[in-house]
Amino acid sequence: MTKSILLVGVGGQGTILASKLLTIGLMEAGYDVKMSEIHGMSQRGGSVSSQVRYGDKVESPVIEIGGADILVSFEKMEAVRWLKYLKPEGKAVVNDFEIESMPILNGKADYPEGIIEHLEEKANATIVDAVSKAEELGNAKVMNVILLGSLVKSMGLDEIDWERIIRENVKERFIDINIKAIKVGMVLVK
Amino acid sequence: MKKLLTGNEAIARGAYEAGVKYASAYPGTPSTEILENIALYKGDMLAEWAPNEKVALEAAIGGSIAGARTLAAMKHVGVNVAADPLFTFAYTGVNGGMLLITADEPGHHSSQNEQDNRNYAKFAKIAMLEPADSQESKDMVKTALEISEKYDTPVLLRMTTRVCHSKGIVECYDREEVGIKEYVKDIKKYMAIPAHAGHLRVRVEERLKKLEKFSNETELNFFEWNDTKIGIIASGVAFGYAKEVFGSTASYLKLGFTNPLPSDKIKEFASRVDKIYIIEENDPYIEEHLKILGIECHGKDIFPYTGEMTADVIRKSVFGETMPSIAYDETKVVGRPPTLCAGCPHRGFFYELGKKKDVMVSGDIGCYTLGFADPYNAMDLDICMGASISAGHGAQQVFNMRDGSGKRVVSVLGDSTFFHTGINSLLDVVYNGSNTVNVILDNRITGMTGHQENPGSGYTLQGRPTTIVDIEALAKACGVKHIRTIDPNNLKLVKETFDWALDLDEPSVIITRWPCVLKKFSKEDKEEFAGAFTEKCLIDDEKCIGCRKCIKTGCPALSFNKVTRKASINRIHCVGCEVCLQTCPVEAIAKEVK
Repeated sequence: MTKSILLVGVGGQGTILASKLLTIGLMEAGYDVKMSEIHGMSQRGGSVSSQVRYGDKVESPVIEIGGADILVSFEKMEAVRWLKYLKPEGKAVVNDFEIESMPILNGKADYPEGIIEHLEEKANATIVDAVSKAEELGNAKVMNVILLGSLVKSMGLDEIDWERIIRENVKERFIDINIKAIKVGMVLVK
Repeated sequence: MKKLLTGNEAIARGAYEAGVKYASAYPGTPSTEILENIALYKGDMLAEWAPNEKVALEAAIGGSIAGARTLAAMKHVGVNVAADPLFTFAYTGVNGGMLLITADEPGHHSSQNEQDNRNYAKFAKIAMLEPADSQESKDMVKTALEISEKYDTPVLLRMTTRVCHSKGIVECYDREEVGIKEYVKDIKKYMAIPAHAGHLRVRVEERLKKLEKFSNETELNFFEWNDTKIGIIASGVAFGYAKEVFGSTASYLKLGFTNPLPSDKIKEFASRVDKIYIIEENDPYIEEHLKILGIECHGKDIFPYTGEMTADVIRKSVFGETMPSIAYDETKVVGRPPTLCAGCPHRGFFYELGKKKDVMVSGDIGCYTLGFADPYNAMDLDICMGASISAGHGAQQVFNMRDGSGKRVVSVLGDSTFFHTGINSLLDVVYNGSNTVNVILDNRITGMTGHQENPGSGYTLQGRPTTIVDIEALAKACGVKHIRTIDPNNLKLVKETFDWALDLDEPSVIITRWPCVLKKFSKEDKEEFAGAFTEKCLIDDEKCIGCRKCIKTGCPALSFNKVTRKASINRIHCVGCEVCLQTCPVEAIAKEVK
């Protein structure tokens, strides 16, 4: 049975590193893995997504509408944008964090209110505050690995040796903080 | 050894394993990482950025004729640029095996069109392979080179965005050195002149017959038999999408070798299944072949012409609905369009250009294409690489025919785009004498595709320091008499320079010289742009009058609080370019004191 993980956020939030670590862990755990990303112009502050699929044999690298087992959103409005890709019985892990897009920054639109309530009403959503947790660890950027921790725990993938995978794939000076981050992420969800 | 590779990384690995010696490309999404990854095999392969795709293909052709296995890689529209050498190299054939890799964009995620380059293989009468995933991408490089040498043909390897940018597990092997073949002068083969074209032309048709036989025999085109009520014919990543939807409830003919198409295999498949669906992205390329063969099938009658043929699209087309999904309130989502980065050197330029009345701005392909959007609204057209200067020239000639029309054209393109195909356009401007203002936004790198070196940056793809082209001297050599190089962050200077150029009756060139904010500085950059992007600006709340002039610079580091009626700067994003500072009427914005 193929499982589908959708990671979404805003260009520059570190979804790519999180999905890279995830795919390496899944491959080493013996799964067939496919991952898809869209690069290019969308990187310039646009909406970004990484799609990871794993199982015995994965046919397609792309998650279809209503196909994701879990949606991990690094920014809360992005969770709504991608919600139709989540299975109705799927899980959502949402970072309680706002990044204003250009129409909001220049005053042409307002950042929508009640997003968290909407997500909780529509989906099986767990809201996490990865930014505060990352700041407690001393680097706001590691919120991506905190969210990875919440993701692997939610998907029952916490038995994989993530500590070793981080050690082997992250720059030396960021290893310790990322190991702490993934552990923090794991305890944020049930 | 197993590795998790994108299709583009797998192509590079395949080139390494298959003994490719030389590769050339011009960057373009989604093909860029092919050459970037080939470049990592330093010592085994020479990898080069060419100024454009035509040059890249020609260089790979020369390498093949000289005896090495070579390849050229480009995005789909790049093949249009490279079409001239392609069609004649299709006649002469190869010495060392030669691949042209095209990266098509169903869904045009990062492109101006959605053209289906499979048509090029048919048009040029050459062999074509279509990988469906990373493993096939790697394997097909080797197979394609063998086909190229055996049948004496360049081979088109057709990738698509999802194959290029999806990762999959790939079994990797060591490199097999194939050496460099002897070069023997053979003018009847390589001198494509009218006297030789006749026999070369006949040979091409004979080669197609042999390739069709191969297409019917090769395992690149294979059956997968299940229930025979539904038969699916698919190529590329669409095969994976089809399997996602139909699984073992249908039989498949998976096509990996798609020019010429395997007519015998298709007929056999058709004779054994009840109903055929053709699942392919972009044009009805396979479908039309079935129709020529007189085989009934479903294709574009139910599937969309445009976009990707993902599982949900197939499901909707065949069964009328997608999987169940969550309905949500769309008012909870605001658009998130791409923007020029904080500190982008194009910002000050477009901020001033957008204020100019009665100008047409002829644009081009790059990050600066975003100059068309809010809040600048400073671009009228954008056709293809290099077209800004030449389309601008033609427009100016026509505006000048109208009595009393004072409309002026400002043509805008980046440094890499100027080297690509802008130079010949500038020659046209000077030679035929239109009074356009031609702006080269020199941000010292190829920006949008992710920072590739170019003839102006001082380094090659594999990191060797090299000669830096002098844009000002080049423009002068083309015959431009009026040239100014300016700092685009200085708004007063940008405005004055526009006024100067628009006052001239002759063509001018303005070069804005400031590095991309995301560029990793070279030794030369560190000297020339010392201190750039190291400071911050801040807004004094007391002084801010809430006029929003700074917001109109479109900087993502700036925001406006509707409640307090004050603007503020996000310290994390600000790099101190000072563009907003210059727009403030009450001097509320200042550099942070260190």
